[in-house]
Amino acid sequence: MKLTRRETMLLTAGAAAATLLPARAALAAVDEKIAAFTGGAAVGEGGLTLTAPEIAENGNTVPIEVDAPGASAILILAAGNPNPDVATVNFGPLAGRQYASTRIRLAGTQDVVAVAKLADGSFVQARQEVKVTIGGCGG
Amino acid sequence: MISRRDFLQVAMASSALVGASGFGNWARLAAQQALTQDQLLQFDTFGNVSLIHVTDLHAQLKPIYFREPEINIGVGGNKGAVPHITGADFRRLYGIEDGSADHYALTYDDFTSLAKGYGKMGGLDRIATVVKAIRADRPDAILLDGGDTWHGSYGCYHTQGQDVVNAMGLLKPDAMTFHWEFTLGTDRITELVEGLPFAALGQNIFDSEWDEPSELFKPYEFFERGGVKIAVIGQAFPYMPIANPGWMFPEFSFGIRDENMQDMVDEVRSQGAELVVCLSHNGFDVDKKMAGIVSGIDVILSGHTHDALPEPVLVGETIVIASGSNGKFVSRVDLDVRDGRMMGFRHKLIPIFSDVIAPDAEMAAQIDADRAPYEADLTEVLGQADTLLYRRGNFNGTWDDLICQALLEQRDAQIAMSPGVRWGPSVLPGQDITREDVWNVTSMTYGKAYRTEMTGEFLKVVLEDVADNIFNPDPYYQQGGDMVRMGGLGYSIDVSKPIGSRVSNMTLLATGETIDPAKSYTVAGWASVNPDTEGPQIWDVVEAHIRAKGTVHLEPNTSVEVTGV
Repeated sequence: MKLTRRETMLLTAGAAAATLLPARAALAAVDEKIAAFTGGAAVGEGGLTLTAPEIAENGNTVPIEVDAPGASAILILAAGNPNPDVATVNFGPLAGRQYASTRIRLAGTQDVVAVAKLADGSFVQARQEVKVTIGGCGG
Repeated sequence: MISRRDFLQVAMASSALVGASGFGNWARLAAQQALTQDQLLQFDTFGNVSLIHVTDLHAQLKPIYFREPEINIGVGGNKGAVPHITGADFRRLYGIEDGSADHYALTYDDFTSLAKGYGKMGGLDRIATVVKAIRADRPDAILLDGGDTWHGSYGCYHTQGQDVVNAMGLLKPDAMTFHWEFTLGTDRITELVEGLPFAALGQNIFDSEWDEPSELFKPYEFFERGGVKIAVIGQAFPYMPIANPGWMFPEFSFGIRDENMQDMVDEVRSQGAELVVCLSHNGFDVDKKMAGIVSGIDVILSGHTHDALPEPVLVGETIVIASGSNGKFVSRVDLDVRDGRMMGFRHKLIPIFSDVIAPDAEMAAQIDADRAPYEADLTEVLGQADTLLYRRGNFNGTWDDLICQALLEQRDAQIAMSPGVRWGPSVLPGQDITREDVWNVTSMTYGKAYRTEMTGEFLKVVLEDVADNIFNPDPYYQQGGDMVRMGGLGYSIDVSKPIGSRVSNMTLLATGETIDPAKSYTVAGWASVNPDTEGPQIWDVVEAHIRAKGTVHLEPNTSVEVTGV
């Protein structure tokens, strides 16, 4: 038996709905959280380094680092989690280095987003996709 | 048998001079002479440093047949680029004559007839002869082992890697990096690594608890050779706990960590390194990408994806060398290093034709001594092959078709799954299938054949997930294996689509019915990365199946439709 065109469409539509709906809701939540952090200011690039694995070894504990010299605060979000909040790290004037590392839990493949408020009051962001996979086959 | 003239072409072809003056396709420089071992090894010693690269031996201590892939699809920026060129296109690219020894060694087509003519390749005793010859030319040549060495055979499994460690000990490498070795488990790899008389390297091997560099593995090692200070930085397979069972080595964490690689390059340069070599198990496309991101590496000796390339690939000022697998090839790279930088190089991918290169007596004796207790088990005939049995290729090969059939029949399942690993030699039609042959394509420390139920939806997730590990356009998201092999299930795949949209038309082949996402199917498979997997060992399942069949005949597999290439 071959899949009819209509069945194929239904199958595809079902799969698409399953993956897209939560993602869209989460993305809107991320935009809102960034806007709340920046007060709606424009967000540039550069001056903030986000280090995360390309593929998570264990989605339940993914090591990440943020580093933004001179920043007063860094917001970290997991864009695809049911609740994207990870942390907001505030640096006082005596902080020797504006750097933080932690481990986060990721519900699935998604972007990890960091937004930093720099010394001049401007905002920059960095994002990286972290893949959470059931694994492949090593060569 | 192979004619002397044919051999010559491989020998000369591979000695093409490529260097500062630019690249030349190797066979263009082939001269018309007769072939001998001396000519296979012929090399005009160049510069002041020699590197010898062996990688992905997969414990193949004896000569084997190994068919190179027919399907090896490149995606994203690597579409149509080496090593994603196969067959006649590969031969045209490198000027290799049809029917020549190079054709046999490097491409897939006409494999059976060429294999009968040119004979088996590899064998660590032949490799020992080649390494000794290079050292006779250049006594301080550096020998580097790219890993996937202590895995992949009956003897290696039963000695927990000891037979290969013993044999490699005679070869005296200067450094090594790792992948499948970790599947021996933390205790055993620790024991073996602590006993190594050479450097065990991996700048990306970290302690998983503290995410700090592992104390067992050094990031790099310095060598003083030919008046040159050389740093060799190791890069282990980045996705070990994902592609292999992380529970077997939970103390270790990996990843590409190219920012740390850059730190290591800067560190060795600041300590006076005039030549920086990366001994890598990243896989070829990952190495190409890394070479474009990390600056200051002169040579990447690339392993993992089992590609054999007759010429280096140049990325910026970094040369990337791919030396094949299963003992088929040894790469020699001579370098001219002056005034703190690499000024030129000469490279040869040496094909190990086992009928032409004499075995090294000392190595042959060592291999046979460790093999002796198992000889009767190894050589026991289980059946005969009526079809060429091979594995390599992005989709099903005949070995995996056979393994899937064994799972379907012996385990009474509707669907079978076999991992898309790239190791495993070939068996020619008409040959006996021995227990050694079966172990060569199945041996591993997590080989239990499970039987379970999966919904159609989950099967789709599995196929999509594995496909993205191969066909993600960003090499850093690729793990370097091939597609999971399916028995009893057909599907279409558009490799150009994103994850979730590549796989369609999933069909249960037995009835022709469409796979229902909500329905459960019985699935038999092996090599699960999950702990506590239950079932018989896969080699016992395959052995029982071959014995039941007597003669193994496989029809061409047309159950996977590939588009978007």
